[in-house]
Amino acid sequence: MVGIVGYGSYVPRYRIKVEDIANQWGRDPEVIKRGLMVNEKTVPGTDEDTITISVEAGRNALKRAGIDPRLIGSCYVGSESHPYAVKPSGTIVAEALGITPEVHVADFEFACKAGTEAMWVAYNEVKSGELQYALAIGTDTSQGAPGDALEYTASAGGTAYIFGKEKVVAEVVETFSYTSDTPDFWRREGAFYPRHAGRFTGEPAYFKHVYNAGVGILKKAKMKPEDFAYAVFHMPNGKFPQTIGKKLGFSKEQIEPGWVVPYMGNTYSGSSPTGLSATFDVSKPGDMVFIVSFGSGAGSDAFIFKVTERIDEVRNLAPKVREMLDNNKIYLDYGKYAKFREKIILNE
Amino acid sequence: MSSPKIWRQRIERYRLLGQKCKGCGKVYFPKRLVCPECGGRDFGEESMPETGKIVTYTTVYVGPKFMENDTPYVVAIIEFANGVRVTTQVVDVSPEEVSAGKEVKFVFRKLKDEGKTGVIVYGYKAQLV
Repeated sequence: MVGIVGYGSYVPRYRIKVEDIANQWGRDPEVIKRGLMVNEKTVPGTDEDTITISVEAGRNALKRAGIDPRLIGSCYVGSESHPYAVKPSGTIVAEALGITPEVHVADFEFACKAGTEAMWVAYNEVKSGELQYALAIGTDTSQGAPGDALEYTASAGGTAYIFGKEKVVAEVVETFSYTSDTPDFWRREGAFYPRHAGRFTGEPAYFKHVYNAGVGILKKAKMKPEDFAYAVFHMPNGKFPQTIGKKLGFSKEQIEPGWVVPYMGNTYSGSSPTGLSATFDVSKPGDMVFIVSFGSGAGSDAFIFKVTERIDEVRNLAPKVREMLDNNKIYLDYGKYAKFREKIILNE
Repeated sequence: MSSPKIWRQRIERYRLLGQKCKGCGKVYFPKRLVCPECGGRDFGEESMPETGKIVTYTTVYVGPKFMENDTPYVVAIIEFANGVRVTTQVVDVSPEEVSAGKEVKFVFRKLKDEGKTGVIVYGYKAQLV
């Protein structure tokens, strides 16, 4: 049996409410909140970035896995906000987690699905017998330009998954991926903020890829939506995952545990992996869990997991996603938020 | 701080990894060459606990260049259950929330960077539990 042996998430303590952003730009907060189905989002501290969040998520995954980190043979960090353009995030993460030096390390990039692509590679390294354990992390300190629709949702957080063959928490039952060249959202080299193609990010991008990956994996696994306890989708806002879930045949109840976006925002590469982590937090042995990510550019990775009896042993060994989202919150006003996210031009 | 020095100290800063004297059992962080208790030079690696307690603290209102936009911030002396003490910043907190005796956990954070184009230094800081 190959699957996840340890999982762990991390979200920063800072938050900003959607109404504070809306008021700053003269928009109606209630219209924005209703349209996006997002109330507030996480904000990284001034000393937090993709690397620090990945380390915290990785430490939580190691607590649940209960393994010697030196047995992990690969460490992949998927993000679109790596602090360095040249120099891997993964070397620092692997060193901090005690995985170095006998380890394969690389940073992954594929907009918001860099984390799930890293998961697929890690899973296959274990499945092929090349490695005993492999670590994949999806993390972002997401960027959104001031006044842009993305500013209401772009948030920070991440989740780490350790794959292995022994003491599996969630077995990988099936995988599938669907990709096409679709320019819906991008950030050019050296650009501070990403740009997007407005409504074009919906039908030809998010919905097309998530739907086809969803249908594809169901067909490959010969399964139906009602076979699953829970389903997780990439969460650019609250509405998109609800819409695609319904279109694929999943109920609101199936989506609810992993639908963390109203209180977290869109953590880009960390979005669907963190939704999956929140779902594992409430899963029971035997539950089937369905997940489809989405990365602009564009593509979707789909996984089917079967939760094992070990979930009850590891669940409380690290902080749960909803606990982190509900507790120790520190709210920022827009001015402090702008300073935290380096949106104010300063003299060098 | 130069890149070679940053690199030499990275394991201790990243993992809070200290040492235990094999002669007398005294625990140290950071590492030493000679044990001040027994003069021994034989040490084994010893991880520090994940949590500690604030012994005393101060609020910094005028920080160094790389921290000048983060003032006021709190720096505290923290004691582990094994008796080892470290000095570090207490993050995600306003100064009035901090007091001696409060429990903290150690978190992985950016310590400083050498400007927008320089190397970033990472390590441990403390956060109220």
